Amino acid sequence: MTKSANIQREIRMRKAVAAGQYIFLSITAILSIFPFAWIIIGATNVSKDITMGKLTFGNQLANNFNKLIQAGDVWLCFKNSAILALIITVTSMLVCSLAGYGFVVFRNRMKDRFFSLILLSMMIPTSSLMVPLFRMFSKMNLLNTKLGVALPALSTAFLIFFFRQNTKSFPYETIQAARIDGLSELGIFFRIYMPMMKSTYSAAAIITFMSSWNNYMWPLVSLQTKDQRTLPLLISSLGSAYTPDYGIIMVGIIITTIPSALVFFLMQKSFVEGMMGSVK
Amino acid sequence: MNKTTTRKKPLFHLNGWGFVTPAIVLFLWFNLLPMLQSFITSLQKGKGIVTTFAGLSNYARLFRDPVFIRATGNTLTYLIIQVPAMLVLALILAAMLNNPKLRFRGFYRTAIFLPCVTSLVAYSLLFKSMFALDGVCNQFLMNLHIISEPIPWLLNTIWAKAVIIMAITWRWTGYNMIFYLSALQNIDNSIYEAAKVDGAGPWHSFWKIIVPMLKPVILLTAIMSTTGTLQIFDEVVNITNGGPANSTVSISHYIYNLLFKFAPDFGYASTVSYAIFFMVAILSLIQFKVSGDKNDKIS
Repeated sequence: MTKSANIQREIRMRKAVAAGQYIFLSITAILSIFPFAWIIIGATNVSKDITMGKLTFGNQLANNFNKLIQAGDVWLCFKNSAILALIITVTSMLVCSLAGYGFVVFRNRMKDRFFSLILLSMMIPTSSLMVPLFRMFSKMNLLNTKLGVALPALSTAFLIFFFRQNTKSFPYETIQAARIDGLSELGIFFRIYMPMMKSTYSAAAIITFMSSWNNYMWPLVSLQTKDQRTLPLLISSLGSAYTPDYGIIMVGIIITTIPSALVFFLMQKSFVEGMMGSVK
Repeated sequence: MNKTTTRKKPLFHLNGWGFVTPAIVLFLWFNLLPMLQSFITSLQKGKGIVTTFAGLSNYARLFRDPVFIRATGNTLTYLIIQVPAMLVLALILAAMLNNPKLRFRGFYRTAIFLPCVTSLVAYSLLFKSMFALDGVCNQFLMNLHIISEPIPWLLNTIWAKAVIIMAITWRWTGYNMIFYLSALQNIDNSIYEAAKVDGAGPWHSFWKIIVPMLKPVILLTAIMSTTGTLQIFDEVVNITNGGPANSTVSISHYIYNLLFKFAPDFGYASTVSYAIFFMVAILSLIQFKVSGDKNDKIS
């Protein structure tokens, strides 16, 4: 084979690889997006058309929406979910960032031991805690309360680890300078550390908000009354009906997804930055 | 970093405890204490409140319990098929999207990441509706003449598992891809150029450069996905509710059923909880060991 034929063959191969790449990426992108189109179209159709795979817009959106409000108090569930997500996000970020900071800045052997213990507990699956927490909270009369849903979510191994990891790159000289300026230890934390660690905090906020907003297992176990239901519990109960009304469910899915999508896209950049801080 | 340890003053020790105590107390109270109580419960027998000490008999029961064996088998099936497939897919996508000459990069990245914003319950119901007997997936496949009659996705023991695996992969591939993509961006482009000059094809540089350099991130995602899939609950409950004939039920779902579907058997439910705890712990330890030089990177 001549040299130019060889080169030509290689060019052809490169083009084929590039084309294959675009085809692969496009198929993956379409598969990723299609279900979103499916929800939006589904929200405008009646249930029967959805399970028949109808792919055109219908005129049932208002109707589905009204039926959703009749089927379960969707705004009450929205409010419950929002209050819980707010309490859990704010409190756990405060508790866990204080700890992450303390484990690094005031490091000693005893604290390292506690930290290793917390790190090991990352291996405790939430489903293992379902039974004992249910019994503990029924004794404490905390079932069917927001406090009961929130308490186990406030101090998480992941967040403590995450803040500790990111604090390691925080310049210690800044803390020393602030001490010399006479700032109290808590003052340093609130007035210097917190503002400087903004991207860490927003990554942590996204993770915590998303996991609280979408949390299903523990609320399902601990919330038995209708007035405390969160959005995932509402749409799940609609879906487990003997003949689920998918038109209603699609509207419910849209209402559930909008807040987490908004939070995510508004803070996407700092999410990636903050996450990478912990693996570096 | 080590400077912190050497330069601290004794006074701050006391202060430092103030920072970490709230987290430690909450952690001990709602993580460790329940785990210990759960162990004691797992040694007890009886329904409801009347219980007697039963030693390890609950643990022996695990091996004779067909539903537990079925649930463990299902969960491990999800794990063994889904996690490697998803991580490899995420790696390939990340490697492709890392190419600066690729057109529509931003579009592809956002599109593939989009599934992560959905809540687990929401996308589960979405998949349930798409895989209905006359649903959109069957119609699509029939229009393409790939199949001649509808597949009973959620009514068949094997297809139902397949739907759950596809669903998890749809939801989490983009999430893992983002981790790889950010790690790839920290690798100097000149390494790829040098490899190209040396005659390395894309396949070669994928396995010899990208995979070894991403090892810490791959370990992180592998552990996260493994523990996540072992605990799979939301998808199983909402897509198939464990059916047909317990062919999709997971361990977490079984614990829930032991608590709420039947007369609550706290002792045995705690035993199953410990079984899943041991599985998660053992698999995480294996992954740490296999990856070798993990400590300096991860903890």
